[in-house]
Amino acid sequence: MHDPVVKSAAYVLAHVPNMAFEFGTTQDVERQKDPESTYLAKFSDHLRTFEQVIGYAPFQTYIGNMHPDKLATIPRPWYEGDKVEAKRHGRYGEIMPEDEFFAWLRLVDAFELVLLEEQFLNELRPRLEKNPIMNEADLEKIGSGRSGEEIQKLVDEKTAAPLKLGDRLVGCVRRAHEVDATLTAHVIAENTASKASGAIALRHLLDKTDIDPKDIDYIIECSEEACGDMNQRGGGNFAKAIGEFGNCANATGSDTRGFCAAPVHAMVLAAGLVKSGIFKNVVVVAGGSTAKLGMNGKDHVKKGMPILEDVIGSFAILISENDGENPVIRTDSLGKHTIGSGSSPQAVMQALVADPLRRLGLTMEDVDKYSVEMQVPEITEPAGAGDVPTANYKMIAALAVMKKQMERSQIPDFVTRHGMPGFAPTQGHIPSGVPFVGHARDLILEGEMSRAMIIGKGSLFLGRMTNLFDGISFLMEPNPGLSEGDEIDESAVRKLIADALRQVSEGLAQSQD
Amino acid sequence: MELKGKKVIAIGDRDGVPGPAIAECLESAGAEMVFVTTECFV
Repeated sequence: MHDPVVKSAAYVLAHVPNMAFEFGTTQDVERQKDPESTYLAKFSDHLRTFEQVIGYAPFQTYIGNMHPDKLATIPRPWYEGDKVEAKRHGRYGEIMPEDEFFAWLRLVDAFELVLLEEQFLNELRPRLEKNPIMNEADLEKIGSGRSGEEIQKLVDEKTAAPLKLGDRLVGCVRRAHEVDATLTAHVIAENTASKASGAIALRHLLDKTDIDPKDIDYIIECSEEACGDMNQRGGGNFAKAIGEFGNCANATGSDTRGFCAAPVHAMVLAAGLVKSGIFKNVVVVAGGSTAKLGMNGKDHVKKGMPILEDVIGSFAILISENDGENPVIRTDSLGKHTIGSGSSPQAVMQALVADPLRRLGLTMEDVDKYSVEMQVPEITEPAGAGDVPTANYKMIAALAVMKKQMERSQIPDFVTRHGMPGFAPTQGHIPSGVPFVGHARDLILEGEMSRAMIIGKGSLFLGRMTNLFDGISFLMEPNPGLSEGDEIDESAVRKLIADALRQVSEGLAQSQD
Repeated sequence: MELKGKKVIAIGDRDGVPGPAIAECLESAGAEMVFVTTECFV
């Protein structure tokens, strides 16, 4: 059977600085501990404008306007000055401003929990109409809005979480239950933001892919949020909720969780469903995380930097049966961090990189690019977490040295040639391996690359159920084509049937004798 | 540094050296681990 292909990929960011202040856990915890905190007082002074965010080189890379190798040539800090052309739309998706994202919260809201103010919507509507992925039905669903007094009252009563643009209250997200801690206004806002960002990515995917939404068979959602109620906190199902919005009427779906590793797990599951013939077209989709907005903000403020964790990230990838053209996911190339693998960095890379390559008779050098944890380094360095992608590349290179595939002195060169600078926001699952799938697909199609390894890693221990680490990986390669030998040979089938019938008739003749 | 008999708190990083790996090294040097965790900054 043929390996499945990566048919299309979409990537979206939403610039949401006000949501960062309201819903980011770092800010929320600070507010609970000390509402008068200096950090919170300084927060707004460190926010970027939308123009600055779309002109941020890593994000232009994320939405497909720049190759990661080009990003590596741009001097840091990337947040200073006009380093690249600021484009809202890219080859893979877009960067959406916060006011429009609020409209999407309303658009995907199925229970009248998101309210937007009438005047705000009147001002916003002309811009919504210009977005190519928004249609008439969407505008109708968004509606004409509610009065400012009604929204203010709900926020004052603390039965709704505010949606603000600076000091202006433009909407709110209501709680969905009076006492259920899993349906508070904060949780509903968090989950609706995840659904909305995932839905925007799916809309972009379907918009740029030659496929009828009704031909999508299955959707796997792989964010890090939990939707449910107090009796089943993570009951789900974001996948069908997003697919419903995308008019994928013939699809069903489910949510896959695995902390940051979930997207790569989801891609492996999707590849298996397609290769087995169970489904022809499977979408892997994830919305972003409001909780992680401003996660390292205290260190950014302390160092006089802008708060760089001001975007929600999302993506959608279509995995389809082999079309003879698009790059394949090699299903014999999986690397997995098993329960018995051990959690040292060396053991993790052995399981995810060295073991699958050895099985295939390949060396570390045979992989053109490794996509690891692709967080923007200047987000994590001020907090002391270092340059995460580079740390991963050094570990892969060190493993190659241990296996005598290269000399120690070659490590820096290996990191440059097989690595990339991080270009994804610290949104947990979003930077984990998957940001490069779109670039890898294009580079392989253009003949610029012959092999990429996509690696997802996850911190399972954060859930306090196990101390285990997690990870999974796979290789993307050029499509070898649909060879004739693999086609169904009709004449051979006819001969088999004829032989079988002959044997039956001979058997019958003998029994009559 | 003499680690024998010392009480140690180990805070690992998921993209660096995890807490249990630090603990294993220090315990082999005779330290007593009183708290071990691994943090995630991403």
